[in-house]
Amino acid sequence: MNWINILIQGGLLGGFYALFAIGLSMSFGIMRLVNIAHGDLIVLAAYVALVVTENTGLDPFLSLIIVVPLMFVLGYALQRGLLNFTLSGGLLPPLLVTFGISIIIQNGLLQAFGAYDHRLQEGAIETASMQLPGGLSVGLYPLLVFAVAVLAIAGLQLLFYRTRLGRAFRAVSDDADTAELMGIDNRKLFALALGIAMVFTAIAGALFGVRTIFSPSAGPIRLILAFEAVIIGGLGNMWGTLIGGVALGLAQALGAAVNPTWQILAGHLAFLVILIIRPSGLFPRTRD
Amino acid sequence: MTLLRTQNLSAFYGDFQALFDIDVSVEQGETVAIIGANGAGKTTFLRAVAGAIESAPEMVLFDGQPIGDKTPHEIVRLGIAMVPEGRRLFPSLSVEENLQLGTHSERAGPWNLKRVYELFPRLFDLRHLPAPALSGGQQQMAAVGRALMSNPRLLLCDELSLGLAPVIIRDIYECLGAISAEGTTVVLVEQDINRALDASVRFSCFQEGRLALCAPTENFDRAAITAAYFGL
Repeated sequence: MNWINILIQGGLLGGFYALFAIGLSMSFGIMRLVNIAHGDLIVLAAYVALVVTENTGLDPFLSLIIVVPLMFVLGYALQRGLLNFTLSGGLLPPLLVTFGISIIIQNGLLQAFGAYDHRLQEGAIETASMQLPGGLSVGLYPLLVFAVAVLAIAGLQLLFYRTRLGRAFRAVSDDADTAELMGIDNRKLFALALGIAMVFTAIAGALFGVRTIFSPSAGPIRLILAFEAVIIGGLGNMWGTLIGGVALGLAQALGAAVNPTWQILAGHLAFLVILIIRPSGLFPRTRD
Repeated sequence: MTLLRTQNLSAFYGDFQALFDIDVSVEQGETVAIIGANGAGKTTFLRAVAGAIESAPEMVLFDGQPIGDKTPHEIVRLGIAMVPEGRRLFPSLSVEENLQLGTHSERAGPWNLKRVYELFPRLFDLRHLPAPALSGGQQQMAAVGRALMSNPRLLLCDELSLGLAPVIIRDIYECLGAISAEGTTVVLVEQDINRALDASVRFSCFQEGRLALCAPTENFDRAAITAAYFGL
């Protein structure tokens, strides 16, 4: 029973990683933008949620009413005002610019909040758990996060495959030049895409801040986890990203069960093994 | 009335000049052919008109308005649609989604899904298939349909016949007649001279980026075309 417990914990942890990865997957899938600042944007969202909760008395979940629109506007403006200009010169300029943004966010947060650890307080749900038959116990909070990840991905799939905007996203992902010739304003569409990606980044940030302590330097490790989830799952495939996150969570849980110091290492090793066996991920969809 | 007019249109790929001082005018409602050998600048000309290659504003006039500096999506909104060389359908979209993509120009007019399926009945049965599952001819029909969905006043067709069987080419050119009958002005770029001349009232022959000959297609002098085509 202990092993089943471990697998359940690991799988649910995967929901978290998938949530981290959604924004990254979107910006790469649609505009071929490798966003090095993605992890820092998650942490930034957590800090924005912190400020909102402290000033309004809203709990972290409700603070999303304010955090989500703020992050959407930030994403839209970032793409429209800066990142769009980096996209015509190959892969390197966006990498360098987002790397710079990453440093700016980390140091800006350090300046504003100091190097201390912070946390978002959500109350009883953080530690509540559910007893299942057979002596299994499942934390309500990880279950909630997993459900949010599944809903987020289902929502995005609806957006991509059932709406006019989603059709435009897929067309631009296939062939941006031809999409422009068909009347699509790529620059505006890209800005919307990063705006929407940041909605999920905001949700990920708030949920992350409730689950664990965070500090201004917490971004890069989130970025790596998100990258690994996206690549294990296969580029351009959102459900694949969820499976990638679960694979990562399972590997970490199994590693930790053997020896607690192996948790992170086991996740990275699983990533490397999958990269060697299937370099394009388990379920790739995006063409380059 | 002159719908499209280029004056001293020059175009560059980096340092390489692909077009030199092209003056072409196209009257409302007519079908005009642009012929020339490989590398003569035909596709570059279409891309410059469609905005994919930037030029000085006054070099391209559409309905009297300078558009040389506008972006492709702005130009589609003004009523110029392109059927790109090699079809360039979106592979991860179904046939119908490819057609619907043409509606992003938000232009009103006679063309909608129903009309396009009437024009190309075969596409109706294939509408839920992904675009790459279609044959070359069917893909070309979908590419023409996608351009029509934006209800263009001016339709630019780049090498409609490329890589297609003669019987399919004939079908597609017959449909072009129906499109023209709606009042749409058409500019055809073709390497297949006979096909292009049959379908058009006037033609321009490009040679190494320059305009070599411009004439009505009626009673055309084949020797003159050959001379212009090869620069003899």
